Amino acid sequence: MWTDVLLILDATLRISVPFVLAAMGGIFAERSGVIDFGLEGKMLGGAFVAATVAHLTQSAWWGLLGSIGIGIIFSMIHGYASVSKRGNQVVSCVAINIFAMGLTVVLANAWFHMGGKTPQLPKEARFMSIELPFAEEFRNIPIIGEIYYELISGHNALVYIAFIAVPITAWVVFKSSFGLRLRATGENPLAVDTTGISVNKTRYQALILNGILGGMSGAYLSTAHLAFFVKDMSAGKGYIALAAMIVGKWRPYPAMFACLLFSFLFAIKDKPEIFDLLKGIIPVKLLNSFLDMSPYILTIIFLAGFVGKAVAPKAIGQPFSKEK
Amino acid sequence: MSTVAIELTDINKYFGNVCANKDVSLKVESGTIHGIIGENGAGKSTLMSILYGFYQADSGAIAVQEKSTEIRSAHDAIAAGIGMVHQHFMLVDTFTVLENVVLGTETGFSLQESMQKTERELQRLEKDYHLEVDINAVINTLPVGLQQRVEILKALYRGADILILDEPTGVLTPQEADHLFRILNELREQGKTVILITHKLREIMAITDNVSVMRQGEMVAHRKTSETDREELAELMVGRKVLMQVDKAPAKPGSPMLTVKHLDYIDDFGVRRVKDVSFEVHCGEIVGIAGVSGNGQSELMEVITGIKPFQKGQIQISGQTITSTVRADAATMRRFGMAHVPEDRQRRGLVTSFSANENIILGYHKNPSYNNFIEMDRDFIIQSCKKQMEHFDVRPDNPHLRASLFSGGNQQKLVVAREFERDPALLVVGQPTRGVDIGAIEFIHRQIIAMRDAGKAVLLVSVELDEILSLSDRILVMFDGQIMGEILAKDADEREIGLLMAGVRKEAA
Repeated sequence: MWTDVLLILDATLRISVPFVLAAMGGIFAERSGVIDFGLEGKMLGGAFVAATVAHLTQSAWWGLLGSIGIGIIFSMIHGYASVSKRGNQVVSCVAINIFAMGLTVVLANAWFHMGGKTPQLPKEARFMSIELPFAEEFRNIPIIGEIYYELISGHNALVYIAFIAVPITAWVVFKSSFGLRLRATGENPLAVDTTGISVNKTRYQALILNGILGGMSGAYLSTAHLAFFVKDMSAGKGYIALAAMIVGKWRPYPAMFACLLFSFLFAIKDKPEIFDLLKGIIPVKLLNSFLDMSPYILTIIFLAGFVGKAVAPKAIGQPFSKEK
Repeated sequence: MSTVAIELTDINKYFGNVCANKDVSLKVESGTIHGIIGENGAGKSTLMSILYGFYQADSGAIAVQEKSTEIRSAHDAIAAGIGMVHQHFMLVDTFTVLENVVLGTETGFSLQESMQKTERELQRLEKDYHLEVDINAVINTLPVGLQQRVEILKALYRGADILILDEPTGVLTPQEADHLFRILNELREQGKTVILITHKLREIMAITDNVSVMRQGEMVAHRKTSETDREELAELMVGRKVLMQVDKAPAKPGSPMLTVKHLDYIDDFGVRRVKDVSFEVHCGEIVGIAGVSGNGQSELMEVITGIKPFQKGQIQISGQTITSTVRADAATMRRFGMAHVPEDRQRRGLVTSFSANENIILGYHKNPSYNNFIEMDRDFIIQSCKKQMEHFDVRPDNPHLRASLFSGGNQQKLVVAREFERDPALLVVGQPTRGVDIGAIEFIHRQIIAMRDAGKAVLLVSVELDEILSLSDRILVMFDGQIMGEILAKDADEREIGLLMAGVRKEAA
């Protein structure tokens, strides 16, 4: 039983990585006042580019760099449309998502002729598990050793990067000079402008960070979690990250916990033992569907007031302009 | 005293074809409080926005401390020692006082150092200028008077020697305004230069050393405050003689037309905005509701006019009783004989993208005289609109013009025309002259008094105390959702009303 719990938690961590990375990216954009529904597109684009570059270079790290590149390109397109040209931010995001959905498959087909899939990556071109020091030695120490071996050790680099990204994001948003400007820009851009700081520059800086994290979340899917890219690989994960960010009220740690909670529900789904246990109570078909939609149901429940009102940055979605 | 802090020479600024500033020149001596007065739309704010780098002038020169200076952004203005307190505060609501002051001056990657440095500096400034405020308080928990103080501190922290205040007393009680004036005096004594933009003559006379008058984008006069008076300034502002006092005969109140009993209203966020409010408005009298904006007056109006349902109490109008269960919407209220001039004409009073003739029938569009068998009687609507526009002096009197293309004063006259022409029994009027030029104010005031003299009951809500004092027969003062007291206009005393507006009851004072 204890081992089962550990294994589920272990799976939870692994599943949560793209959510956590994307949610942190979303926090940067939305704290600056730019809506980001486009996480889904950045994740998908990142997944495709990471798999392709890793295949060509036979290096997962080059793949990761590629995914960061595409993430930034997408967020700059979003910035140009919605910050510089003051277009509708939601429309711009939807455009990026649809664009990514189509382009990835078309390019994959054109380059690899595998029905929208990219070639299987060998071990060397993937992010593989890293055994932390003394994991084997501690393995037999009850509880602490087991947690260290099963839960903490043995993940790939991106898992660690994702969970280091959380405290870094929290520090930057709340403790750095950039964070002060970032938050002020999302709350009252006019006030920021009158102090002599450029609102649009701050928003572009936020979008660069957003692109980096959004792209990386995609690389995890295709070069760490799996070893290839397939059509529609992100499958709504960008939206789940967005939901987690809102449930976490645009704050890094609460957003991370929301990601973990949602991932936990998915982890249960993949665990036959638990599945069998619940099967007696709820019909199998229903159970599957229920677990699939549980993050969204939870989001609605949370937003309906169980964790208090989620108040978005006040100027979110508003392009900045001096003229009224 | 002889040095010149600011000198503007022949400033011109056009927005499209509209001239906002035409050949404007201005000299402000350092160490003085200089007033700039003018009606709404006279170009005062534009001129100051140019000085603060928010807009660029099309031509003209700016000299600061006798040095020619180019100001292209707020950044340049701050560097030149100019600070500005905007009419709508430029504060981040969810930040603390300290964070708001730091914003824009932070150095280095980590905030901590800047915060500590600012904290020390703020403590010194607070002591030097008697500007006490809790630096760790979050802005949205502070009353507006203190928020304004934060704006002043912000400017001083940035090293401002010249402080521009744009309509600073609009949101303050008379006592808070007096406190602000003491602060400004203090600043002057310490050698700072203050530019005060206002449309209130009283403030100019009370505090400034010199005054410049603007009218329709031009600078029309410079005076020493001690050598001028209200009447002269008013005339300069408007360009003709103005009646400062509204002439009116004593009221002859009749039977009650509107009776409000123990009214309670809780808004969508669960905040109790109106608390146990009771009053009566009789035929042939004007009841004024005074108070600092945001103390439940707007909500009270929305409830009385049927826009929002209320939770407790009752409203009686022309013999009909409305309670929390027997409800009446805005249309029903109109049928009961109520006319409503909303506080915010652009949001509630007009559809600004519609033409004047469409706006003038809004809410009354089902009236049989406007409708043929199937379609609306366009010709009749346009004709009657034209007539009403002439009657209420709406300029230009073109029924086809879009509402957004009229000036503020004429938009308001359009709303007034629509509501007053209906021959209502009860008139609910909110902020009738907000953002309206003096000429139009006079006209609207006369119309309101004419309605009273015709035996209508009038409920007037306004944050302009002068307006309440000159129009009302009885005055109710609202604070924090409650009626703090009732005063007959003939024995009204500004100080007493000011205390009530600040929530101090007579017994306690």
